[in-house]
Amino acid sequence: MNTEKPDGLTPSQTIGPFFAYALTPRAYGGPELASEQVAGEGVAGERIRIEGTVFDGDGVIVGDAMIETWQADAEGRFNAVGNAGFTGFGRAETTAEGAFFIETIRPGALPGPNGSTQAPHLTVSVFARGLLIRLATRIYFDDEPGNAQDPVLALVPAERRSTLIARRGTDGVFRFDIRLQGEGETVFFDV
Amino acid sequence: MSLIYPREGQKAHPLNTSPDYGSTLKRAPSQPLILLPHTLSETTGPVFGHVAVSDIDSDLTRRHAGEPLGERIIVTGRVLDEDGRPVPHALIEIWQANSAGRYVHVRDQHPAPLDPNFTGAGRAVTDAEGRYRFVTIKPGAYPWRNHHNAWRPAHIHFSLFGPSFLSRVITQMYFPGDPLFRFDPIFQSITDERARNRLISRFDIDTTEPEWALAYQFDIVLRGREATPTEEPHEH
Repeated sequence: MNTEKPDGLTPSQTIGPFFAYALTPRAYGGPELASEQVAGEGVAGERIRIEGTVFDGDGVIVGDAMIETWQADAEGRFNAVGNAGFTGFGRAETTAEGAFFIETIRPGALPGPNGSTQAPHLTVSVFARGLLIRLATRIYFDDEPGNAQDPVLALVPAERRSTLIARRGTDGVFRFDIRLQGEGETVFFDV
Repeated sequence: MSLIYPREGQKAHPLNTSPDYGSTLKRAPSQPLILLPHTLSETTGPVFGHVAVSDIDSDLTRRHAGEPLGERIIVTGRVLDEDGRPVPHALIEIWQANSAGRYVHVRDQHPAPLDPNFTGAGRAVTDAEGRYRFVTIKPGAYPWRNHHNAWRPAHIHFSLFGPSFLSRVITQMYFPGDPLFRFDPIFQSITDERARNRLISRFDIDTTEPEWALAYQFDIVLRGREATPTEEPHEH
């Protein structure tokens, strides 16, 4: 087999405004690869709902973004054999009001670099018209004491850390807005 | 298979701050990205081996009662890692405009006709040698409002999941010789010419089927290299 080393990576391009009928095709009657529902019935763990709105640098809502989430299960495992009904992967299109939600289970803590422990979190990709390459961020939870020892949060300037932390409302829903630019800009990672 | 994810190849990607593409102006982050160590959260990713993809999913010309209008084409290629090793079982999702340059999407306002026999969405999973194959219609160019007389070169959107979160990429495949390349700020957002040209498919006479369809080849290189003992970082 030819394993000649390639010239380099295939560069990213924007998702553009017209992806929905292929990637989030519920309204078009198409088959969904994944949806806002990450955990089927019977999956162990605390059921949580995360809601948010995506804003641009003018505070205008972004109604044509796609949010993807990736996470461990309640035991902190990825792709665990035998955990049927749980893929760990969620996908949501923002509504015309810029809103999205994910319904899943709260992930467990998991190992981090150099013997550290990562606090429970979701790994997030943001795709949209105007983004030539996806933005990577994380969703942490405001009621997790492990956040104080999390090795990734520790890399983030203290004054910006709150942009990575979903806040639980009195209705039990976690709120996580994404600000692409400007005041309160969400922390995005170079992965 | 265990993979490592070097960072140097990332310079092939465009920056989100590409002001000639107007939609970036209010959407590109203004703060520097924070370097993230590669933890289990990044080196793992969703597995789609369970996704049933049929021949119909990869043939965009057979979804409706009749045949779509336009130039029937075959698009094939291989999905490879940075060492040139095939990426098997990689899920590929594609979408595109029809031959008149119109998307099915409800918000596409281009006054070109929809084709009742063409939706323009497909899926495939690579085989053991990383190969994929789609049958579709050559998409048309279409105007957009980025600047005066702005037109997108004909393209097919590709969305890929490789082995992990780090290999996830969405891109666009273009067609050779398009006169719109030099005017398109999305294509030109890739500043390295060699990298840019990797998005241009190659006309493929060997895969072209006589009396039926032209073929284009588009290989895709995802992040990741096989970890070998000499490449493993050592901690002392």
